[in-house]
Amino acid sequence: MIAIIDYEAGNLKSVERAVNKLGFPCRVTQNLDEIAASERIIFPGVGAAGKAMADLSRLGLDQVMGDALRARKPILGICLGTQIILEESEENGTRCLGLVRGRVRLFPQPLISEKEGRLKVPHMGWNGIRLRRKHPVLDGIVPGDEFYFVHAYYPVPESEDLVVAGTDYGIEFASVIGHENLIATQFHPEKSGRAGLRILENFCTWDGRDVE
Amino acid sequence: MLSKRIIPCLDVKDGKTTKGIKFKENVDIGDPVEMARLYYEAGADEIVFYDITASSDRRDIMIDVVRRVAEEIFIPFSVGGGIRTIGDMRQVLLAGAEKVSVNSAAVRNPEIIAQGAKAFGSQCIVLGMDVKKVGASSKIPSGYEIVINGGRTHMGMDALAWAREAENLGAGEICLNSIDADGTQKGYEMVLTPLISEQVNIPVIASGGAGNIDHIHDVLTDGKADAALVASIVHYGTYTIREIKDALQRRGVKVRMRW
Repeated sequence: MIAIIDYEAGNLKSVERAVNKLGFPCRVTQNLDEIAASERIIFPGVGAAGKAMADLSRLGLDQVMGDALRARKPILGICLGTQIILEESEENGTRCLGLVRGRVRLFPQPLISEKEGRLKVPHMGWNGIRLRRKHPVLDGIVPGDEFYFVHAYYPVPESEDLVVAGTDYGIEFASVIGHENLIATQFHPEKSGRAGLRILENFCTWDGRDVE
Repeated sequence: MLSKRIIPCLDVKDGKTTKGIKFKENVDIGDPVEMARLYYEAGADEIVFYDITASSDRRDIMIDVVRRVAEEIFIPFSVGGGIRTIGDMRQVLLAGAEKVSVNSAAVRNPEIIAQGAKAFGSQCIVLGMDVKKVGASSKIPSGYEIVINGGRTHMGMDALAWAREAENLGAGEICLNSIDADGTQKGYEMVLTPLISEQVNIPVIASGGAGNIDHIHDVLTDGKADAALVASIVHYGTYTIREIKDALQRRGVKVRMRW
């Protein structure tokens, strides 16, 4: 069973629906036993980092991600879920889970692109990714595939080795982070059409081993 | 680099699309769930549903449509029409829509934007604006006025000022619908659209007036729109979404080509 961690942040139903559509059993849950017994974990999220961290600790869920990482359980972070696995976010100076070394920064404002002029923040809509290295969860993703993003902050892992893919929006930021049995996307695979479903499907069958 | 979005708009009344669509095979389809699935597979980047059901006690029908659409398509979609309260928003979002759009309710009570953004996040809240060209005056400096009731009621509000206010209140996106251009198929509104898009920091979807691919190209380039709403031009099979995107790409507009 796949546990979709319910910390009352944003629309978890859409992740559940996509995983169900792919034919994998999953449950949106905040039950610690159920999460501990799950075979893999999806950590979604929409909203602000500070509130998310407060909700996680209020619900007693701030340890489950660390436990799952140490237990070598495959973990998928999505959007805000990806940001709060890092150590710290500029969003109200929030201390985050610190499962991966690095921080979360606000897009510079104004955000100016040489080619396109002023860019709007948040970064919202469809954008591509540039693969920096292979990863089993990104198997089958090719140049030209695009994904749906909605965010004003972006992850900055400490080591470039953690960056599986980057995306260009005025600056190039890490849009997919990989660390051992954890893979995390800044975009929403559940809202990214066939390419996004491919990533979810890959994750649902992943053994948690990075290729590197 | 972000792609410009092509967004089909479906009007839904009592659970049925009012126009139907005719694809190449000339099949008329009135089921919004089936239409959404077809557009999803045809390369739409997002879908907008506009509920024009007159009586509010039939709202459950739309919620059921939203729920069934959410099971079929895995791209964002928004629902507008008749959204008046935070409760209405919650119902639509819980049923699976990515965004809700408010129009006249926000004109009457701008606070609903702030309340919605606080409860669900700005990214969920789209401000729909119906505008009419009236000429610049001291009260309407941009020359475009906010109207409701399909253009029958003038609100005495400047369109540009309202767009800025809505952004400050927490709207995450603006869907700018020109009442003058709507249904003419003579092109999108090309004066106010770039004006608003340059003055706000949230995406602007241009709506109303698409008759050919040049119109879509123009509003996404000179018109500075982040996305173009399309209705008749795709519903009646004049162009497929792929034909629109192929032509845009050939002319240097970045669009999502793989789906």
